[in-house]
Amino acid sequence: MHNTSAMTDLLFVFMLAAFLGFQLIKRVSPLLHSPLMSLTNAIAAVVIVGAIVIAGEDGATPLARTLGFIAVTAATINAVSGFLITDRMLKMFKKRGS
Amino acid sequence: MIASLLEGETLVQIAYLIASGLFVLALMWMSSPKTARRGVWAGEVGMVLAVVGTLLHHDVVSYDLILIAMLIGTAIGVPMAYLMPMTAIPQRTAISHAFGALAVGLIGVAEYYKLAPTEAPGSFVMWALMFEMLLGFLTCTASVIAFAKLQEIMPTRPIMFSGQRLINLAVFAAAIVIGGMLIFTPTSNALFPAFIALALIFGMLLVIPIGGADMPTVIALLNSYAGLAASAMGFALNNKLLIIVGALDGTSGFILAMIMCKAMNRSFSNVLFGGFGQMAASSAGKVEERPVRSMSAEEAAPMLDMASSVVIIPGYGMAVAQAQHRVAELYEHLEEQGIDVKFAIHPVAGRMPGHMNVLLAEADVPYDKLVELEDINPEMPQTDVALIVGANDTVNPSARDDPNSAIAGMPIIEADKARTVMVVKRGMSAGFAGIENPIYYNENTQMLFGDAKKMSEQLVKELHELND
Repeated sequence: MHNTSAMTDLLFVFMLAAFLGFQLIKRVSPLLHSPLMSLTNAIAAVVIVGAIVIAGEDGATPLARTLGFIAVTAATINAVSGFLITDRMLKMFKKRGS
Repeated sequence: MIASLLEGETLVQIAYLIASGLFVLALMWMSSPKTARRGVWAGEVGMVLAVVGTLLHHDVVSYDLILIAMLIGTAIGVPMAYLMPMTAIPQRTAISHAFGALAVGLIGVAEYYKLAPTEAPGSFVMWALMFEMLLGFLTCTASVIAFAKLQEIMPTRPIMFSGQRLINLAVFAAAIVIGGMLIFTPTSNALFPAFIALALIFGMLLVIPIGGADMPTVIALLNSYAGLAASAMGFALNNKLLIIVGALDGTSGFILAMIMCKAMNRSFSNVLFGGFGQMAASSAGKVEERPVRSMSAEEAAPMLDMASSVVIIPGYGMAVAQAQHRVAELYEHLEEQGIDVKFAIHPVAGRMPGHMNVLLAEADVPYDKLVELEDINPEMPQTDVALIVGANDTVNPSARDDPNSAIAGMPIIEADKARTVMVVKRGMSAGFAGIENPIYYNENTQMLFGDAKKMSEQLVKELHELND
């Protein structure tokens, strides 16, 4: 699956995303650093896609199913609590008079 | 064309592509409070797309376990989001990093057992898997320790013992060596549990020597590690969505950690090896016997009432006393009297980046009243009253004046330049950094001894009596 070009493709993707990340995060107001952190935390729960494949694969061993089950649970906790608490924080940020 | 688009694998990749775009938009919209909630929405839609896309994958055949796990996760996640007080946000973030990193590590283990028998020695996938597990497991235990320190289950002071650095280094080196052996002989299963154990132990060792003052940096660094672990997982699974999200998360944590280090004038290595605690121990001995001037709320209220500009400087002491609502009442009352009131926010006030802003937002202080360090300092000499509520190190002038101080060079809010300084504080004890603060002994400083919440309450009461 991994020939050299596939490997370098992935490294290109990583590098570009990291540069993009620097540019995006630099622009985030310090006011919102806490919500930013809980939002990135929630988004990182996208590792659930790997967990789903592990837990649901055809012919997965009992060990793989167990590990996948725990991983899906942990990632769901992060996604759900992360998005909800970010929104809860952001709702509180109000301008004067609004 | 249409038929091929709807075919399993392509459909999954399209879902991932759109999800990646939405996650980038989510971060982009976080730049301002006006668009930030839209950012959360974009993130949620991206997550749903990624999950649904994966479920449609032809490799995924059994759904029962997955759905049960998701239900359990939701049942735990919802109360976690709604019942958590805002003062506990740092703990929630730390434990969340632990969950995320645990998931990454466990997926790595499952992949290892699946791939090790067939993978060629030294293959790219094995490299990526080992990185994934090392980062995942060490971040997991490091986050648990950070959680325990923030929740004060464990002492927040740095825990040091002799030979600590040597032991840390040895554990880390052993993990790297065994990891390397597993990469080149993937089938040596007996070594595998040792590798995981070492990664877990190293995570704990990493955070134990770090003290409370450095928590904002630690939380940000753990965020970065969790992201890099997710990226490594993307490399192992050949999944670009994971690589992109991991890289975004990794850079986000890294930048925040850099901002926190800069706000304390410290280097990464300094934070990681717990320099603060050691220095504090050496300077804590000299307690000066100098007179301080103290005032009651009754005496302070008229001074506040006569001021035309007041800058309130909140610190961790305000958060501990849950005094943000009382301080907000004080702010509202002063505003009503036509006094110009601002809040000065030091980047490391609180226990995670931006924590103080959240606490004040919770108490309905408008966000345009929250002013950062660089913007408020030029205004301090024209300020009538600087009211320090539970802040110590972030207003300590020795950071600016004393090159031998443990916090020399750290940017501070220059409260001492205001015409009058009022310090709400329970006693004369030192702050996180454990060092004396000369501001308390200045001619223009008045100490308001008391709990931040009670003192703010009393000030509001006295002001009401003056004006009603």
